[in-house]
Amino acid sequence: MRSQEGGTRSPYREYCEWFDAEDSQRIQHKTQQAEALFRTTGITFNVYGDADADERLIPFDVVPRIISASEWRRLSRGIEQRVRALNAFLHDIYHRQEILRAGRVPTQLIARNDAFLPMMMGMDPPGGIYTHISGTDIVRTGTHEFYVLEDNARTPSGVSYMLENRETMLQMFPELFAKVAVREVGDYPINLLKSLSACAPPKCGGTPTVAVLTPGIHNSAYYEHSFLADHMGAELVEGHDLRVVDGRVAMRTTQGYRAIDVVYRRVDDDFLDPLNFRPDSMLGVPGIWDVYRDGGITIANAPGTGIADDKALYSYMPDIIEFYTGEKALLPNVPTWRCSEPQHLREVLDRLPELVVKEVHGSGGYGMLVGPAASKKELAAFRAKLEANPGNYIAQPTLSLSTVPIFTKKGLAPRHVDLRPFVLMSPQGITITPGGLTRVAMTRGSLVVNSSQGGGTKDTWVLED
Amino acid sequence: MLGKTAASLFWMARYLERSENNARLIDAGFRIALTRSQTAAAEWKSVLVTAGVNRAFVAAHGDYSSARVVDFMLRDPANPSSIASVIKQARDNARTARTALTREAWEAVNTNWMTLTALLKRPVRDDDLPDVLTAIRQQSAQVRGALNGTMLRNDGFNFSLLGTFLERADNTARILDVKYYLLLPSVAHIGSSIDNVQWETILRSVSAHRAYRWLYGAEISALKIAEFLILYRQLPRSLAFCCERMEDNLAQLERGYGAETEAGRMARALCHERLSSPIQAIFDGGLHEYVTAFLRANAALARQIEHDYRFVE
Repeated sequence: MRSQEGGTRSPYREYCEWFDAEDSQRIQHKTQQAEALFRTTGITFNVYGDADADERLIPFDVVPRIISASEWRRLSRGIEQRVRALNAFLHDIYHRQEILRAGRVPTQLIARNDAFLPMMMGMDPPGGIYTHISGTDIVRTGTHEFYVLEDNARTPSGVSYMLENRETMLQMFPELFAKVAVREVGDYPINLLKSLSACAPPKCGGTPTVAVLTPGIHNSAYYEHSFLADHMGAELVEGHDLRVVDGRVAMRTTQGYRAIDVVYRRVDDDFLDPLNFRPDSMLGVPGIWDVYRDGGITIANAPGTGIADDKALYSYMPDIIEFYTGEKALLPNVPTWRCSEPQHLREVLDRLPELVVKEVHGSGGYGMLVGPAASKKELAAFRAKLEANPGNYIAQPTLSLSTVPIFTKKGLAPRHVDLRPFVLMSPQGITITPGGLTRVAMTRGSLVVNSSQGGGTKDTWVLED
Repeated sequence: MLGKTAASLFWMARYLERSENNARLIDAGFRIALTRSQTAAAEWKSVLVTAGVNRAFVAAHGDYSSARVVDFMLRDPANPSSIASVIKQARDNARTARTALTREAWEAVNTNWMTLTALLKRPVRDDDLPDVLTAIRQQSAQVRGALNGTMLRNDGFNFSLLGTFLERADNTARILDVKYYLLLPSVAHIGSSIDNVQWETILRSVSAHRAYRWLYGAEISALKIAEFLILYRQLPRSLAFCCERMEDNLAQLERGYGAETEAGRMARALCHERLSSPIQAIFDGGLHEYVTAFLRANAALARQIEHDYRFVE
């Protein structure tokens, strides 16, 4: 909010004027109101392995994170380029594998990747789309410096928070929106429906029937699944509501089985089809794979897309972008050491206290080491893990991340944040909702923003020109 | 609509109704326990039998003290029909059917669960019990209000009403079944009015003690009470009222889907055959036999609805 020179950064000017004129007790009161609102609405998430609090609220901060129109243009161009490249990469990997033959990405990175699905080889997903829905995590290190932290092409979650955060802000501070011109995010669900419908499979006749596939009410993101289905007017189904009938995937309705055309699935590949994948899975649909192969259903995101989420692959993204677009990456990667490479590993072990080390397949902030915040004991333990299985880790420097203010009892205080804009892709094009999910490390100095680790969220404002 | 969604709406409504019915039963039992300590144990037993949880209670506790019974009915996790258990199940079903509920209806169910979970966190003391029971009824009324005021009158609404009235009919029939010996014009009771306190519990457990007075004045007879609870179509907890609503809702489903069902036929039979004879004829055939047969028919109707509308595979 404040620039390095001490003044107010320009996108925040109008907000600051408003804030300075506000009574901080009123804002304090609104913060409590917001919490009650989230509880009543049931915007909660489940924490795995936490029996006491099976449903928790994500802390919500009332100070918006503001991005100017020109910053957003730059960001969205970079994101679009990235998603296009990812989609092209996935197509290539499951077809001719030219990037491997050109030696730009090592073959073993794919061969050893658990998310690689040999069954997708030669398959053409409807419309050629793999990454129907994706989210790119971005951090800012300076006024004009943005870095991509990671790509989420499997099942990026958090979009319901983006929408509910805005809804909450509109309800609490309507006067602010009259003063500041903020771009809409509320049309995301309808864009999602349009985008998914545009990917209907060859066998679809007429208006596509879209359904959201959830593992059920005990899943940590169930709220989001029901939210999206509700706002799209789509059915929210579980595996046991579906079966293959006459070569189509159909849902059991009160009037018999009805075919569905597009399934936005929020279950992992492994669980999609017990006949073709994990036989012990109860979450999926026996035979859905055969229907998919025959053009009877669109699965979004496409099976096998998860290889793009691999953190080891991430380090090759600049090459991947160049290979498929012929352009330099508009948004840089965070420099990354691949511990699978002996030279990199040595360097990482030498500099462990200053680095962030992540599991290659990890997510949700589990199993990571934040060097500067770790104790001697933790460092030693992680060193042993690294030496035992180096290929499982990457390391990154702790960037000097810029901060944004949050509202605390003692007034505004700086915290680290990241940003996850949400991207929709269909044969008709790419849609990026102006804004995204801003996650905040609620503890002073902390770099960890994951909700499973106590991180919070705030509304993200992209300003009109 | 998904079969699963229909099932969730049906069960959400059943559990909500059960929570409210249990509150009424506790209220009735508590009144007696307060006023007549020598019959309290028998009264508490009949409350537990009516709620269908006596066996579980005896296994867990044994003797019928007020505090034990109240706690068992309100919050014991070992009792799947305790109010704490059923509001959780109502809420889980509402979450599953979230996309078929309006935001207001969902928030009412969620608030019901949050409010009552907080109230039932610790054992409820006797002096707090009336307030807690009132809160349970009020929360229920708010959910009903939100459903009535905001839901589309579509199949989902029909399924939730079916759940409500099926559960309610079951509850009223159980009360009659447990108390039938009081209502029977047996040798001892011929010509005399039944025990004041007893009839008060019966009527109180369906929230109809005042309504009865308006309708029948001071005349309290077994026949009249049975008639009121079974055949009186203006009483929202009578068997006749509940069955009419089930018939209506099934008929609307049949029209909406353009297909007649066995469930619809069964509901019509229930209304027009079982609930059209005068009360004297019911007594002549045996009240207990009548109520038992009604409970069976009601349960069979529930199974048929589940089958006809594909609640499960």
